[in-house]
Amino acid sequence: MKHTETETRLSGQSPPEVPQVDITLTVNGISHSLQVDTRVTLLDALRDHLGLTGAKKGCDQGACGACTVMVDGRRVVSCLALAAQCQGREITTIEGLSTDGELHPMQAAFARHDAFQCGYCTPGQIISAVCLIEEGRAETEEDIREFMSGNLCRCGAYPNIRAAIRDVKAAVHDVKGES
Amino acid sequence: MHPFEYALARDADQAVAVATADPHTSFLAGGTTQLDLMKDGVLQPGRLLDITRLPLKGITHTDTAIRVGALTTMEELAADPVVRDRLPFVREALLLGASTQLRNMATIGGNLLQRARCRYFRDPTVPACNKRNPGSGCAAIDGIQRMHAILGTSDHCIALHASDVAVPLTALDAVVHTQGADGTRSVPLTQFYLPPDDTPHVENVLQHGELITAVEIPLLPAAARSHYIKVRDRVSYEFALTSAGVAVLIENGLVQEARVALGGVGTIPWRAWDAEDVLRGAQATTEVFRSAAEAALAGARTLPGTAFKVDLAKRTLVRTLETVAGAQS
Ligand SMILES: Cc1cc2nc3c(=O)[nH]c(=O)nc-3n(C[C@H](O)[C@H](O)[C@H](O)COP(=O)(O)OP(=O)(O)OC[C@H]3O[C@@H](n4cnc5c(N)ncnc54)[C@H](O)[C@@H]3O)c2cc1C
Ligand code: SF4
Ligand code: FES
Ligand code: FES
Repeated sequence: MKHTETETRLSGQSPPEVPQVDITLTVNGISHSLQVDTRVTLLDALRDHLGLTGAKKGCDQGACGACTVMVDGRRVVSCLALAAQCQGREITTIEGLSTDGELHPMQAAFARHDAFQCGYCTPGQIISAVCLIEEGRAETEEDIREFMSGNLCRCGAYPNIRAAIRDVKAAVHDVKGES
Repeated sequence: MHPFEYALARDADQAVAVATADPHTSFLAGGTTQLDLMKDGVLQPGRLLDITRLPLKGITHTDTAIRVGALTTMEELAADPVVRDRLPFVREALLLGASTQLRNMATIGGNLLQRARCRYFRDPTVPACNKRNPGSGCAAIDGIQRMHAILGTSDHCIALHASDVAVPLTALDAVVHTQGADGTRSVPLTQFYLPPDDTPHVENVLQHGELITAVEIPLLPAAARSHYIKVRDRVSYEFALTSAGVAVLIENGLVQEARVALGGVGTIPWRAWDAEDVLRGAQATTEVFRSAAEAALAGARTLPGTAFKVDLAKRTLVRTLETVAGAQS
């Protein structure tokens, strides 16, 4: 038989036992062991259990991209992954992009191009943008638009976000000796 | 979210046995449908069985088909070189769906089993929804209908099947391989989905606990000349209002082979058999393409909110046929 939480509370019964899991998460190269409610998403584990509040909760439904992080080098929405599912995976958040206090080139480019207003979508945008270049999808303006479409920006900073991406993309070409 | 137990499936046999024995156990793949609907309170399984570590990932090729493990992600399938060369409309349909983040999570098995986007289905505070609560009625039929179906509907449900990639896969007669309590079986995608009739909560032929292990996609000559067009309310990252997946082989101006399926219009991914009959052997002209589109939509049943889809779907199909024919002339 099924009860919703509300039904159970209203009926005065003791709340159903909430299953827990012991998990180990590797985030930005550091391994963390924790016990969480099975319902905890990767996003909630990062924010509420590990204090990594860079990834943001926008919609909590996979629709806005504010919670984007990398799992095994690929961008995902952390609000639709269970923390328990991510054991043994390499998780990278916005906090893990900078090295020795030096900003990642994409972070620096976002700052240079003023690619944000309120900043709420920014950590997700930056992680997505880093992956976009890795995926080889920053070749054309059209591709940048299409393959960044999973990251919404309520402030409409899109033109500056694309400018930042183009900048980093051009720099990558310079380093590789391409034109 | 309703509390649930979490368990990791050890192997396919164990996963099938555990889920078959317990009606409250659901499989968890990419989670992009399953967790989404659990957050909304639409689904309340007592246990999630995580199948993501099962060895059902990866693509194997033969001369006549590719076999896609059920846990292969949408991005992985789109990146496959054979898909790129010989199944362009499969790749297009994949990449026009969801976002890169979601495609990195979403599996091909889960994609085929994604649930209706009907706003009333997804809102448990709405009492009437035959799909969520059999026998309770259908709020959409008297409600707001924009994202609903016009083909294969019934008086009990008009929810759309929203998968993009299922459209080209239906056109190609892809085959779903499963493992259940009674062993393995193979079901063509054209027989996999069930129209709502008076049981909209039964969406496909799978038994509870039956696992999709792979999807086999035939490599037809026509599929190398294929195209998928998706029409949406915004340019990107949106479900289809209408879409068309078309594979045609044209020689000397005559259509030798035609495979046609439509998205955004059917309660199931819609194979347009009647359109194929019009096309096969006919001249590859816009006139013929229009007749094919008329045939495809002849059975449409609309409501005020979905009436616009008839014309839009016809134009989408004509445009897709013209594009493929144009590339071959
Ligand atoms: C914001 C958003 C936008 C989207 N846009 C699009 C779009 O434009 N086009 C489109 O086509 N889709 C779109 N989707 C849907 C998305 O493609 C599906 O949610 C996804 O493909 C489901 O795959 P999954 O692996 O995440 O499945 P899950 O959510 O893990 O599972 C879905 C269902 O299938 C069952 N299941 C999963 N794998 C198996 C298996 N191997 N055997 C048996 N049962 C199984 C699960 O128990 C569950 O009931 C969108 C989703 C979101 C959240
Ligand atoms: S269309 Fe189907 S899913 Fe939507 S409210 Fe009606 S019965 Fe439910
Ligand atoms: S919070 Fe995850 S996509 Fe919006
Ligand atoms: S900067 Fe405000 S949402 Fe993007």
